[in-house]
Amino acid sequence: MSKILMKGNEAIAQAAIHAGCEAFFGYPITPQNELIEHMAKHMPRHGRVFVQAESEVAAINMVYGAAGAGGLVMTSSSSPGIALKQEGISYCAGAELGCVIVAISRSGPGLGGILPGQADYHQAVKGGGNGDYRVIVLAPNSVQEAADMVQQAFVLAQKYRNPVMVLADGVIGQMMEPVEISKTPIEILPKEWAANGNHQQRQHRNIINSLYLNPNELEAHNRKLMEKYKTIAANETQVELINVDHAEIGIIAYGTSSRISLAAIDIAKSQGLDVGLIRLKTLWPFPYKEILEATKHMKFVLVAELSMGQLVQDVKGVLNNIVKVGYYGRAGGNIFQPEELMEAIQTQMKEPEHDYYI
Amino acid sequence: MEHPIKLVCAGFGGQGVLTVGQLVAMIAMKKNYLVSWMPSYGPEMRGGTANCHVVISKDKQQSPIISNDMTHLLAMNQLAKDKFKDQLTQDGVCIIHKALVKQENYHHELAIDFSALASEVDNIKTANMAAFGSLMVALEIFDIEEGEAIIKERFSALDPKMLQDNIKAYHLGVDAARLAMS
Repeated sequence: MSKILMKGNEAIAQAAIHAGCEAFFGYPITPQNELIEHMAKHMPRHGRVFVQAESEVAAINMVYGAAGAGGLVMTSSSSPGIALKQEGISYCAGAELGCVIVAISRSGPGLGGILPGQADYHQAVKGGGNGDYRVIVLAPNSVQEAADMVQQAFVLAQKYRNPVMVLADGVIGQMMEPVEISKTPIEILPKEWAANGNHQQRQHRNIINSLYLNPNELEAHNRKLMEKYKTIAANETQVELINVDHAEIGIIAYGTSSRISLAAIDIAKSQGLDVGLIRLKTLWPFPYKEILEATKHMKFVLVAELSMGQLVQDVKGVLNNIVKVGYYGRAGGNIFQPEELMEAIQTQMKEPEHDYYI
Repeated sequence: MEHPIKLVCAGFGGQGVLTVGQLVAMIAMKKNYLVSWMPSYGPEMRGGTANCHVVISKDKQQSPIISNDMTHLLAMNQLAKDKFKDQLTQDGVCIIHKALVKQENYHHELAIDFSALASEVDNIKTANMAAFGSLMVALEIFDIEEGEAIIKERFSALDPKMLQDNIKAYHLGVDAARLAMS
């Protein structure tokens, strides 16, 4: 199999088709339009379902329906569009429906701008829907990884019957890199629970529902979900560690920020400074243990993100009073340069900027 | 190739700078280099500004965004040069479209009139292929034949006359750059 040069958006779409995505429901928004365009063109050719819904809300509810029927289902959007989908995501989590949501994030809040951003960390990880639920969030930093992770997302969605989000910023969606997409479809698991119209063949009707009016039943359901989330956290946390064994300074980043951090590390090296990188590949489950372990000999950690400080809150939650934590971010679609990260390390390693509100 | 190549192709939307960057990225991929091509994707339109960042490295993953370490700049209009020239490294090479960009005659500047070369093949649409030819010479890591092969691959759907014109313009760009560098 040879590599081809593809945009992240197209690679994600093609990877989903190869993985076996049976139905895609979406609504256009920059910077993820190539994804839905690719799906519109290629899903029907493979005999699969493509629907351009009338809105993002409609699209996620179509996902709920098709996932409830047992299908491998996907939707995609960008920041304000993902905001609209939050209710549906909560319903999918509540009804234990596996589905894949691709978020190619831009800058906000509100309509914000169309340039890349990472200000949707809270939206993805903490969720904007109601109730006690978690969404598995995968964060690629290259086109190849975006393709690999969307295929992985279908596996996880089916295995845990839970929404899985692939969160990439506009850079990953828009840039082209060589990519080799696996053509092996994922293994289809039996779905005895699915409401697929085959009730004549079984003794009971399958019902897809997230409404529990009896508090004890609902609490039991909540506990069951939490057990599932614990299993996911134990088995599915992913992190990449670069040069952390001896470094006394670390950068924590994900997505495009982690690629820029690599350049910052090279600059640091040329200045005689040893800096390591802890790259988060899953944002939920959050790699608490891995961060603690990798930073145990570090004196200072800089969280680099294209937002005004979201990931840094979780990092502070882990490292509070153990390692000094600094933060550097840009927003609005502006992207920091590696030199800015170096400067932030130099100025904050002695005295981190403390913003108690974050 | 010892150090990564960090190339910015910039100009008016419609001049074909994104395509030039893509062709370079495609050749790099075929040579098994790590490569990324990142377009500007703001509210660009025909006549507005457009640019792409192309980063090529032998084996180490790089940032897809070029900051102050640009090794090559293709500037197809004055705005592009003004915006990006300060990001070039000291040894960085700047290729300018002489018809639209003021020449400064400094050491690493290649000033070539790509529209004039396109007029020589009697097809003004091929100016970007002439620029691609000059860029290939300046990049120094690829064979000139590889550029012709990639044009044939990328534009196989074009009518044969257009494809031939593109290839002719490409070679005129190669020759002009060689002459300018000699």
